[in-house]
Amino acid sequence: MDHREDYFKFLLMLADASLMMGQRLGEWCGHGPVLEQDIALTNISLDCIGQARLLYQYAGEYEGKGRDEDDLAYLRDVRSYYNPLICEQPNGDFGDTLLRQYFFDYWQYLYFSELAKGRDERLAAIAEKSLKEIRYHLKFSAEWVRRLGLGTEESQKRMQKAADNLWQYTGELFEASSYERDLIAEDLIPDMESLGSKALSVMQEHLKECSVLVNEEVFMRKGGKEGMHSEHLGYILSDLQYMQRAYPGAKW
Amino acid sequence: MTKTAEWPLWEVFIRSKQGLQHRHVGSLHAADKEMAIENARDVYTRRSEGVSIWVVESKYIVASDPDQADALFEPAEDKVYRHPTFYNIPDEIKHM
Repeated sequence: MDHREDYFKFLLMLADASLMMGQRLGEWCGHGPVLEQDIALTNISLDCIGQARLLYQYAGEYEGKGRDEDDLAYLRDVRSYYNPLICEQPNGDFGDTLLRQYFFDYWQYLYFSELAKGRDERLAAIAEKSLKEIRYHLKFSAEWVRRLGLGTEESQKRMQKAADNLWQYTGELFEASSYERDLIAEDLIPDMESLGSKALSVMQEHLKECSVLVNEEVFMRKGGKEGMHSEHLGYILSDLQYMQRAYPGAKW
Repeated sequence: MTKTAEWPLWEVFIRSKQGLQHRHVGSLHAADKEMAIENARDVYTRRSEGVSIWVVESKYIVASDPDQADALFEPAEDKVYRHPTFYNIPDEIKHM
């Protein structure tokens, strides 16, 4: 059976996840709580966009239909993006952004650690390179979750509110999508689902140490990885794609 | 931006290459030493400027009093014999 379509979607899922995180973090540019954090967030944003570029370049070549990284990033419609829902969630306040980042970083750290050991050499190389950045992102976001959770009464309250909203998107990160499931069955990609419950409890434990509790009973929302998105993605794309739609083929 | 005022100021020193000394590159605000290192990494090494970072809270820097500049520094000005300018330094010696 041919799994090229599945594998292409899987590459897009990884790329879209990085692109949306990069785009969301980029919205902080000039709005960070202090200058130092403003720069830190945009640094991470650029790392994510760099990862997305490498993945789109690979995906485009893999697909073999002549689409390049820009075509894939800018010229698809909402339903053809496969990022997990958490990546497109609005920035909210600094705490919301950093908690979203922490969940994402930890997932990406685990996923890319497995991919770096994988048989797909091109993807392993991308994962290896990205991991150096991801380790720092994870340290940064985990540290900020701790600071805010254990900070003042106000910061704790806000972190709790962030967790009340964002925890419901963590399940999708580890639950295999239809194409991931097919690829796992063929042993072509790592089985993140098997790491899922451990990963969720590690994150839950970290939050607990930061005075933030999660609702374990919450219904885990999913759909992004299958192209079923929240209303937010359309707004992101209208920002992101504006130039290419208004001036097709524009370069600088 | 009121929070910035509450965070202490830190001085940042970066070593650009192994073997060279750390140099003062600027200052930034941070709540504690871990954040100061992270902020310094993000603000001062994003274009591969460094291989090592030192931070120290600005309040621990002891500075000389500008009013005493005459007494401190002028006496050295007419003592050229303290400069090792009468030696030839071989070309192979760098960073002198």
